[in-house]
Amino acid sequence: MNSIHPNLHLTPLATAIPAWQGEVKAGDLQMICHKVAEGGGRLVALWARDLRESGFMLHVLLLNGKGLLCLNLPLSRDLLHYPDISRIFPAANRMQRAVFDLLGIRAHPAEDQRSWLRHAAWSADSFPLRKDFDEAASRSPLLNPLPPRAPLSNSLPQAGERTNEKGNLESLVEGANVCSPAESGTQTHDDYPFVRVEGQGVHEIAVGPVHAGIIEPGHFRFSVVGEKVLRLEERLGYTHKGVEKRFESLSLQQGAKLAGRVSGDSTVAYAWAYAMAAENIANVAPPDRALWLRALFLERERIANHLGDLGYLGNDVAFSFGFAQFWILKEQVLRNNATLFGHRYLMDAIIPGGVTAGLDEAGKQTLLAECAMLEREVRLLRSLYEEHAGVQDRFIGTGRVTPKLAAKLGLCGLAGRASSQCWDLRAQFASAPYGMLDVKMATHQNGDVAARVSVRFDELFESIRLQREIMANLIGGEDLAHPMTELPANGFGIGMVEGWRGEVMVAIHTDGKGGLDRVHPHDPSWQNWPVLEHAIMGNIVPDFPLINKSFNLSYSGHDL
Amino acid sequence: MRNPEQIFAILFQLTQLLLVVLAAPLLTGWVNQCQAWLQNRSGAGVLQPYRVLHKLFHKDALIADNASWLFRITPYIVFGCMWLAAAIIPIIAVDLPFSRAADVIALVGVFALARMFIALAAMDIGTSFGSMGARREMLVSFLAEPALLMVLFTSSLISHSTQLTHIVETFAHYKFILYPSLAFASVAFVMILLAENARIPVDNPSTHLELTMIHEAMILEYSARHLALIEWAASLKLFAYISIGIALFLPHGIIGVGNWAGLPLAVGLLLGKLMLAGAGLALLEAMMAKMRIFRAPEFLGTAFLLAVLGLLIHFLLGA
Repeated sequence: MNSIHPNLHLTPLATAIPAWQGEVKAGDLQMICHKVAEGGGRLVALWARDLRESGFMLHVLLLNGKGLLCLNLPLSRDLLHYPDISRIFPAANRMQRAVFDLLGIRAHPAEDQRSWLRHAAWSADSFPLRKDFDEAASRSPLLNPLPPRAPLSNSLPQAGERTNEKGNLESLVEGANVCSPAESGTQTHDDYPFVRVEGQGVHEIAVGPVHAGIIEPGHFRFSVVGEKVLRLEERLGYTHKGVEKRFESLSLQQGAKLAGRVSGDSTVAYAWAYAMAAENIANVAPPDRALWLRALFLERERIANHLGDLGYLGNDVAFSFGFAQFWILKEQVLRNNATLFGHRYLMDAIIPGGVTAGLDEAGKQTLLAECAMLEREVRLLRSLYEEHAGVQDRFIGTGRVTPKLAAKLGLCGLAGRASSQCWDLRAQFASAPYGMLDVKMATHQNGDVAARVSVRFDELFESIRLQREIMANLIGGEDLAHPMTELPANGFGIGMVEGWRGEVMVAIHTDGKGGLDRVHPHDPSWQNWPVLEHAIMGNIVPDFPLINKSFNLSYSGHDL
Repeated sequence: MRNPEQIFAILFQLTQLLLVVLAAPLLTGWVNQCQAWLQNRSGAGVLQPYRVLHKLFHKDALIADNASWLFRITPYIVFGCMWLAAAIIPIIAVDLPFSRAADVIALVGVFALARMFIALAAMDIGTSFGSMGARREMLVSFLAEPALLMVLFTSSLISHSTQLTHIVETFAHYKFILYPSLAFASVAFVMILLAENARIPVDNPSTHLELTMIHEAMILEYSARHLALIEWAASLKLFAYISIGIALFLPHGIIGVGNWAGLPLAVGLLLGKLMLAGAGLALLEAMMAKMRIFRAPEFLGTAFLLAVLGLLIHFLLGA
């Protein structure tokens, strides 16, 4: 690792995964990123934090075959620029824009300077993650305190009425603390410059953020000719709820709860990553039994989500039979979770220092029976999907992401593995207890919907096997956690876990008193949302929901 | 006072009018219930469509600001068309007073009228989904209509009439003959029925994915009583199509007007046939996935081909 660049001096980070960090100068950042990219490395996350007098610190987390590399770039208060790395790692584009929206430090000279997470909920010159951020004062004047039907001219404060208007605003703030941009009523407030495709017969289809079904909000702008999609542009950020800001005012334990709620379908992965980061800072090792249970929870989360997705994929091609069968199985898994561990989705089962729920002998028997049932049923359903001509006709060749494109764009996780991007933390950087389990990575080269379905099936069977093996290794005892109360001051820890969607990362920085100074949760969806825009190109409009579902990316985990 | 036969005829007609409009949602409920059973679900029960209609009729209607009169009257026109269509098909008895009003060609025209209005209304409000649904609907229907006409012509050739009443009388009341041409026509008819009623594999009536919709995309902006009428009309259309199918291919048991004694048996037989057809439809749908939209022309082209084959076979074999 130390040979990457002469100016880069690395110190190992105490994490469960091999990791190093080092300070870099602005002038070297692009060079180092370039080197890592050439060596087959990729960008995991990019975030920054406000250090007050000493300026800002930008963190760029990279991953290559040897482990994690965290580059720290200090920025002084008078020069809030850093070199743009989105030409090296295209996935950095949206992360850089989000960093600007939240902290006001800009990548330079980046082509794309549009706001990303900021819609109209706060004004363009205030930055929520700065320590001097004043929520009430920064509330965008565009947020309309009048009834939403009022015409635009009435809602803008007149010069003479400013104080009055402000009073109105504050009373609104008291009543409802969270006001999403969608609630501001008029879309004209927030004109996002979408890229236009010109040409004869080209027209746009705008979908969302309100959809015909009950799903998370996102806006998709299709440029189409007839049914053929020429271009798709996503607009996300509708579920921005200020998670990162909220962390700053929470204790370690409260933070664990919030981390588990960043993206509900990955609650185990987030809670584990958060706990791992905290344990690394405090240098606490959870009991062995807790680690085995965490792995069990993580595999159960994977099983539940894969079952749900496989059902949905059937539903999206109107094969409702498959949908119903998979959801019966998923429901069984969730019910077992509720009876054995106290929560259907295993929320708050993992805490810093250990776990909150154990597993007794009777519970083991229930899970073993569930494993046998799942294996039998899923095998049957897989052959049903694979032998159904209508279903295969829709799956094969749809939404193809070639391995070359996937590598270039940094596609990761499950979708990446379906396009020959062989990254799986459980197999490559097997931290305890995965080191003893010998996880088989499921990959595919085709990169189409069928490949993503196939990888899901393979991972499902592997998770069932792992679940059995974990239970065989699970030693008895009452030792579930080494409770942690406080973190050391000025610490920095990274936790990274292979969630069902891809690798989930949580970085924790503590302040001078050991409180949470900055917590950055990172969802693999950041990397994969931009790839979806490429996956749909050249396909037809009615295939988009299917392609979208085959990725099944998180809105909440991305919008934070 | 006119002769009693005419009064009976009017009574029969009124009975049928009421029966179809009240029973149509039941058929939809039955199909949905069968689907639920086939998927190992318990289902919402056969009465669910009535509950949905009741709910919709008690809601406030929201209409887009830029909607014109076309958008408002379309639900009534569509409902009226479907009710009329269901009323002129011989379901229980032949030779009803209304059946003189329209032959099979006019019947296809009534369906086309409803479709034209619903497509225009979809484009009227100017959403991308409305026009997307409308153009897909037109793609499907311009292929389905000629195929449907071919099926009807095959039956007309055998019975030497385009009046449904005569067609049914020919098939039901003369001696039992197997017509090979009708075998081809019936397969084509089932394919057309699936396409025209927005069923799998052409469309998916239960989807919430707006980008994949055909029929549902056109009616996305409708709410409350307007939506209720359109849903009811969709039930009536399915009922009408299945009834046409029964009239053409399984007409045995349909009685003549004034035959009060035969009425219970006729109603019982109709019920049995509808239940069978509904279960069959559910089974067909359960086994299939939705096609890519550009496969719909192939699908309907096959239907047309089969219908034409039926016609040719009639000329070749004279049966």
